[in-house]
Amino acid sequence: MKKVLTGNFTAAYGAVAAKVNVISAYPITPQTTIVEILSEIVADGKLDAEFIKVESEHSALASCIGAQALGARTFTATSAQGLALMHELLHWTARGRLPIVIANVNRAMAPGWSIWADVTDSVSQRDTGWMQMYCENNQEVFDSIIMSYKIGEHRDVLLPTLINLDAFFLSHTSQVVDLYTEKVIDQFLPCYQPAVHLDVKDPRSFGALTSPEYYYEFSYKIQQAMIRAKSVIRDVGKKFGELFDRQYDLVEPYRCDDAEIILVNYGTIAGTAKEAVDVMRDQGISVGSLKIRYFRPFPSEDIEAVLKTANKVGVIDRAVSYGHAGPFFTEIQACMSGTSLPLYGFVAGLGGRDVSLHDIENIVKHMQSRKPEELIWIGIKDD
Amino acid sequence: MTESNKRKIRLTIPEQEILSPGHLACQGCGAALAMRYALKALGPDTITAIPACCWSVIDGPFPYSAAGVPIYHCAFETAASTAGGISYAIKALKKKGITALAWAGDGGTFDIGFQALSGAAERGDNIIYVVYDNEAYMNTGIQRSSATPYGAWTTTTPVKHFKKAPKKNIMEIMVAHHIPYGATANIAYPEDFIKKLQKAKNIEGCKFIHLYAPCPTGWKHPPGITVKIARLATETRIFPIYEVERGVYTINKKVPKPKSVDMYLKMQGRFRHLSSEAIQYIQQQVDANWERLIKLEQAFGS
Repeated sequence: MKKVLTGNFTAAYGAVAAKVNVISAYPITPQTTIVEILSEIVADGKLDAEFIKVESEHSALASCIGAQALGARTFTATSAQGLALMHELLHWTARGRLPIVIANVNRAMAPGWSIWADVTDSVSQRDTGWMQMYCENNQEVFDSIIMSYKIGEHRDVLLPTLINLDAFFLSHTSQVVDLYTEKVIDQFLPCYQPAVHLDVKDPRSFGALTSPEYYYEFSYKIQQAMIRAKSVIRDVGKKFGELFDRQYDLVEPYRCDDAEIILVNYGTIAGTAKEAVDVMRDQGISVGSLKIRYFRPFPSEDIEAVLKTANKVGVIDRAVSYGHAGPFFTEIQACMSGTSLPLYGFVAGLGGRDVSLHDIENIVKHMQSRKPEELIWIGIKDD
Repeated sequence: MTESNKRKIRLTIPEQEILSPGHLACQGCGAALAMRYALKALGPDTITAIPACCWSVIDGPFPYSAAGVPIYHCAFETAASTAGGISYAIKALKKKGITALAWAGDGGTFDIGFQALSGAAERGDNIIYVVYDNEAYMNTGIQRSSATPYGAWTTTTPVKHFKKAPKKNIMEIMVAHHIPYGATANIAYPEDFIKKLQKAKNIEGCKFIHLYAPCPTGWKHPPGITVKIARLATETRIFPIYEVERGVYTINKKVPKPKSVDMYLKMQGRFRHLSSEAIQYIQQQVDANWERLIKLEQAFGS
């Protein structure tokens, strides 16, 4: 079944399609309509679930943790300050090996108050042990929510996923979304069967005081799970493709095969980049685009395989790690460190500043005429 | 207990021991007694959320657990929201007859966990919330909390600068949330505590129990007199035992002939520095608080 839906409604329908048992959420612009529609769907009995109208994002994730630990499939959604408030519980979720899914509407951090897109909120959660993926369009939001439960709940993984969609560019933009049929989704994603849960017949203590004798190995196991998650993501993406005719991988190359210049990007910039690639290809410029879907686990091998034939690579980040460079740029730099490939780092679109087709053409022109230098801020007003 | 003994003794609390003896509490710990009684009252079909507090150590380190019921060790400020989540999952997954228990110290309740508790109380999350109050951050080494009473020494209210602010009246704040059941209890009165938990178990919504639980380590008293001190807290009217069921006040321990607060204070090192004026001031406050409670019972009793 196809519908015209905003990114937020798509995220809500994704949670409904995944038949989550417990939803706990707190409103924040621009995530709000996810909470509104889900509370209505649950209240109307259209989804057999409990909706907890918590007093903060902090309690939203804490109550998801409690519910998921008992054996429920849970969902929440947030944005920016809300995700930052959840930070401690993000660690709690991943170390507790609870495959919760959050839809995070990427919004810039205050002050000054901004409700517009950038990914500082999510990249700041890099080391919490959450898988992180970035969506280009609403269809990818819907598909990723369903796939993320399957990936996270896989016995080789048991980790939570942060699904990122850009504020307004997706959250409030209507697109055609295929919602498929309940029957096929249920076949793809059966009910949640926890590996271990709070059970009065088998009383265990979860998350107790852990001495250095054990803590280190628990951390190692999370790293191993992240590494294994890469192949689980590939397998699940392939299986999804067989059932729904849309295949997903860790990365998505576009016209990269013979490209001299490759632009690495993520989120909604990927759509603009593809369009820019087509325009520039028509002008005879040999350029391709590589969309990174997963920031964690970071698909180094997949990226290296695509980039190794390029002459020049530019990375467009919608965030910056102050005092250094863009967060994706440094990762690309690390995975290409064994090569002499010239790498260009660009920052663009912070706080919702538009990143236009023209901006992307300028990035390519810059790469054609200059050597890599310090981080370039696209369209910066200097005075 | 042998069969022949059983016939002679009339038990006033459930015999079943769910808490194992091999826990890590200090000698004379009021909080350890508290959990022992709570599990007797609630039985094995109880799932517990425990935030950072003495009990996150008492239960034992991984891979050990003394409690005998499932425990989810949760973040410091999330006892109510984690237990709330558990309660909603119990409902969503249609697991009947399981009690969700939040079990937190005074710091995790009066201070850092208060927002989550207030939220759970307002929503009416189906949990029993027990705060075992030892009147300071004992797990981190005796720092003042908003449950620390006037006059007490702690490591952050040293003798020369003892705590001047009064103890927060958490019961009245919870009652103001219009919860279906709120009660104070004291480890010196296990029958009363157990009865209250059993009552709470059969009430739908957010139930709150403020439990008095002395800490020999932090209060500086010998471990052998924990129960004696706890009983004195009620016999001096410092810690009144009462309950509020759907707005109806009942004082469960009347204390017609109160002992002087002096007796209670002098048994604890944390009050050793107090001048006679300070003790007199404490007595006045205790008398005033009792007077207020009597008026509440007269106005809103059954």
